[in-house]
Amino acid sequence: MTSPTDPARRRFLARAALAGSALLLTGCDRLSRSDTMRQLSDATGSLTQRAQRLLASREALAREYSPADIAPTFRANGTTNPRDEAYRRLAANGFRDWRLAIGGLVDTPQTFSLDDLKAMPSRTQITRHDCVEGWSCIGQWTGVVLGDLLERVGVRDEARFVVFHCADRYRGGDPYYESLDMREAYHPQTLLAYGLNGADLPIANGAPLRLRAERQLGYKMAKYVMRVELVEGFAHLGRGRGGYWEDRGYQWWAGI
Amino acid sequence: MRFLTMQFLKRSSSSSAPGAGQAPVVIRRHGAFTRLWHWVNAACLVVLLMSGLQIFNAHPALYWGKDSSFDAPALSIRAVSGGDGELRGITRVGGHRFDTTGVLGVSGPAEARERRAFPAWATLPGPRWLAAGRQWHFLAGWIFAPLLIAYLLYLVLSGQLRRRLLPRRHEWRTLGHVVTEHLRLRFPRGEEARHYNLLQKLAYLLVLFVVMPLVVLTGLTMSPTMDAAWPWLLDVFGGRQSARTIHFLCALALVGFFLIHIVLVLVSGVVNNLRSMITGRYVLPTEKEAQDD
Repeated sequence: MTSPTDPARRRFLARAALAGSALLLTGCDRLSRSDTMRQLSDATGSLTQRAQRLLASREALAREYSPADIAPTFRANGTTNPRDEAYRRLAANGFRDWRLAIGGLVDTPQTFSLDDLKAMPSRTQITRHDCVEGWSCIGQWTGVVLGDLLERVGVRDEARFVVFHCADRYRGGDPYYESLDMREAYHPQTLLAYGLNGADLPIANGAPLRLRAERQLGYKMAKYVMRVELVEGFAHLGRGRGGYWEDRGYQWWAGI
Repeated sequence: MRFLTMQFLKRSSSSSAPGAGQAPVVIRRHGAFTRLWHWVNAACLVVLLMSGLQIFNAHPALYWGKDSSFDAPALSIRAVSGGDGELRGITRVGGHRFDTTGVLGVSGPAEARERRAFPAWATLPGPRWLAAGRQWHFLAGWIFAPLLIAYLLYLVLSGQLRRRLLPRRHEWRTLGHVVTEHLRLRFPRGEEARHYNLLQKLAYLLVLFVVMPLVVLTGLTMSPTMDAAWPWLLDVFGGRQSARTIHFLCALALVGFFLIHIVLVLVSGVVNNLRSMITGRYVLPTEKEAQDD
């Protein structure tokens, strides 16, 4: 009879346990990669979206905090210094030559310089940024209300989404982009922000212009925005799922 | 009252416990909805826990308050390079530091040590994959939370909450006795086993009406859209990061409940217990001999 401490027996048991759990885990991983899981995930995503939209009214505001709550340094995530040559030249010149182009399904496509945007009525809000990873950071944002900009260019009736095209390629891959639907785009706290904590937006946080969609998770809030496009659908963009991270398995609805 | 209707069934002598000298008493212990809820819920909780650990691994630190004070987490699980170049898993709780290499912080086979807070065997999916972890978590959450609401309503409206779970005044005097009996792994028999004892009632009440609703509400508090819809969530839990910490503690409490639950099911007559949760039928343990059949 072998004792429980017999090394051969122990090795066998360890291997059996490892093989068993490996089999189970491989099964789960394969399931995670399957089309079924993607369909289920799309279904849960749109269920969550509908349920949350039922509970959160069009105007329901994200909480705004007091100046004392502002974090000493606002954590920068994702790309913190785009390597794109054109972007680098714009940054070297203090973004004086940078222009925001708004086009697609609009009445009058227009471009805006940073000064044009700063000359428009602004909104300043102290809000909490929630990263999909789990952390939160509070900062003060100043920028143009996206709805005001959309009014200026005139949104055509067919437009259903606002797409933000960015200068950064995360980890050197595909260009970053994101999309909001009209309801979130016209929310009073949805900004194209050029200021953080009373100063110009730093490059690490998305200079010269980034999106703030305060009822969504951080991955929605595109940094280094170069171009805004109004579209009917986003199937033709990237891998067709409405954003850089959406193309990589994250749900389009980033409200949770 | 139909729920606890007794059925006195004569069983063949071969299956009745030897030396009992009396016919075993079989009761209907759990209704169909309770049994269905129990097993679906159990599956959901396993998926929620493992996918939750996957999500936690994306930022393996907990904080207290509105946002993350990155320099002073309440808990953190990290990998650090030791002086010898070896990776060590370091878990910090409050001011304490623990070397948890092999399980927390650094884990995996010796030739392929991996920096990850919770090990691959505890997360769903196994490899580091936040997007898939979230997909599993919300899928299971959408089954768990509505079923929880339905089950709690069922308990209240059917009167089972009052009849089966709320302790009666006289029971409180038995607290000391029930605790010592449990610690000695001696469980109620005969007529006494017809009802939940005080410890069971308190455990189920706590898990069903406190921990499980709390885990759902703190989960919702982490949603920026829900915080806009129900700003009181932030006030109740003291901020999003506090809510995240409470969410984690609730999950820990549920794991604790699960472990104790399994041990007690095993030692208090595993076949009888399992059958009562599958077919509903439970044999009252007779007064003196072995409990299992």
